[in-house]
Amino acid sequence: MRSAAKPIRSRCAGLIYVAPALLFVILFVIYPLARLVGLSLTSSSLLGGSKFIGLTNYVRAFDDPVFWQALWFTVRYTLYITPILMILGFAFALLTAANSPLSRFARSAIFLPVVVGLASSSLLWFWLLDEQVGLINRVLLDLGLIAHPIVWWIDPGLGLWGVIISIVWKVVGFGTIIFVAAIQGIDAETLDAAMIDGAGYWERVWRIVLPLSARSILLTTLVSAIGSMLAFDQFYIMTAGGPRSQTFTSVYWMYQNSFIYFKLGYGAALAIVTVVIIFLGVTAQILLTRRGART
Amino acid sequence: MNAPAQAGAIAGRGPLGLTGGPARPGPARVRAAVPGASKRTAYLLGAILLAVGLLMLFPVVMSFLSSIKPPTEASAAPPTYLPHSLSLANYVKVFSYQAGLATYVFNSLAVAALTILFCLVLAIPAGYGLARLYVPGRELLFLVLLLPLMIPYQALLTPLYLAFSKMGLANTYVGLAIVHTILQLPFSVYLLRQNFEAVPRDLEEAAKMDGCGDLAILWSVFLPAVRPGIVTVVLFAFIASWNEFIAALIFMNRETMFTVPIMLVGVRLGHYGAIDWGALEAGVVISVIPCFAIYALLQRYYVSGLLSGAVK
Repeated sequence: MRSAAKPIRSRCAGLIYVAPALLFVILFVIYPLARLVGLSLTSSSLLGGSKFIGLTNYVRAFDDPVFWQALWFTVRYTLYITPILMILGFAFALLTAANSPLSRFARSAIFLPVVVGLASSSLLWFWLLDEQVGLINRVLLDLGLIAHPIVWWIDPGLGLWGVIISIVWKVVGFGTIIFVAAIQGIDAETLDAAMIDGAGYWERVWRIVLPLSARSILLTTLVSAIGSMLAFDQFYIMTAGGPRSQTFTSVYWMYQNSFIYFKLGYGAALAIVTVVIIFLGVTAQILLTRRGART
Repeated sequence: MNAPAQAGAIAGRGPLGLTGGPARPGPARVRAAVPGASKRTAYLLGAILLAVGLLMLFPVVMSFLSSIKPPTEASAAPPTYLPHSLSLANYVKVFSYQAGLATYVFNSLAVAALTILFCLVLAIPAGYGLARLYVPGRELLFLVLLLPLMIPYQALLTPLYLAFSKMGLANTYVGLAIVHTILQLPFSVYLLRQNFEAVPRDLEEAAKMDGCGDLAILWSVFLPAVRPGIVTVVLFAFIASWNEFIAALIFMNRETMFTVPIMLVGVRLGHYGAIDWGALEAGVVISVIPCFAIYALLQRYYVSGLLSGAVK
């Protein structure tokens, strides 16, 4: 009797185990996403009132200079910071991949900021970079590198770089740790053989270590770029979008419209644009991960 | 092979961990990466490593040193490098800031605890089911569970906020914990599925022979076997929830419900005009302590989670 009942029972059992998580995703991700699409087609406001207005919000976004400025600013931020994070992360990995006590110390120190929250790290650097009480300006002045304190937050270009410095400090260890694993996973025989053939250090890095870490580098680049495209905390805290709205990111402009200006419909349309951009990026990332897992 | 660190960027195999991670297979050999590299190169490399390490620690150390300066010295322009005199006044100030630090820390801990609970309750059965039981359309369902990765939660905050307001979940621990669970669920399911898949078949068979049901097998055989995975899930859920900012900013808009990061931003904005730098640094120090403590104690799990969760 047991054997007859089993297929049906276990057929259901499997689903029952997955069901709670599935329900959670449907309720708190898929349903809100559907609501978001609906909302983006209305003139909803947190102050009340809502009318179906079709694609008007999207047309408005197209004509909204701040939307384009924020999108371009976010893309620029991503284009600047991603190569810095990857190159510095890989350099740190090369530097610390050996297991001497000193490289362990350096590796720990490089990784430590990764566990710090973005809000904490942003506030920390907001203080360090301050033109009056900040230590960075004090150090630069004492070293004679600058004559006057740098005022980071009155200029959008400087503000961008202030944020980039803080985020590089906070995030570089993430790439480093993944690259160290990739480097340490390289077959010693291969490196030995190359060395016997007379390949110098940089030649081995270029011809062996780098190609064999390519997948890790690609994945980390994608994860990092996606994170940068969603930047909010660091700008909210350090530049507050200013001066003159010039350091709004896409997510920040969306937040600003939805929760400060109460334009829920317009904010929803901005959110959909973000969703589409990120969706493409993550799909690429998952395809790469899965292909890599099989090989 | 006398100098392990000798320009030895890629030399030296063995534990990856920062102070002793998971051992990697392979011959434990130490080789100089640059044959014939001089002693001078080794010293240079050592100096670079030390400099990089200290440079990375500089912001945190300075923040701590600044937090124990007396308030006037902490706000002095130009700033002092080292405290001229020590004081806990900044901490005293933060402790009684607005609703009191204890309230904010409790809020953060409560949300983190619920997030951990939700992640475990949802991801353990899901990971087990996907790894070990027959599930029709398994890969498709798995992909659905990974959906929160593809749809940034930042975009969902408006509809979630509207729904939560209606359901009375705005300004509640449960409400924010649900958002933090959205954030962590894909990683949790992914990691636990991997862990469940790695458990040997014969353990399961033996329990089945004894007539155990799926649930009993999950409880007595699998859970002990995937404990490292569970620790990793808990760790990541805690750190993500403790640090999360934008959802906390939107969902906790009542002063007494603020989490620690939101309170810190309040200090930054300086309710009385000028920013209280000393109090701000004290707050930053307090906010990073749990993260550092967990990292120091459970580094192994943290690093292994990071590596296995490249999908995150």
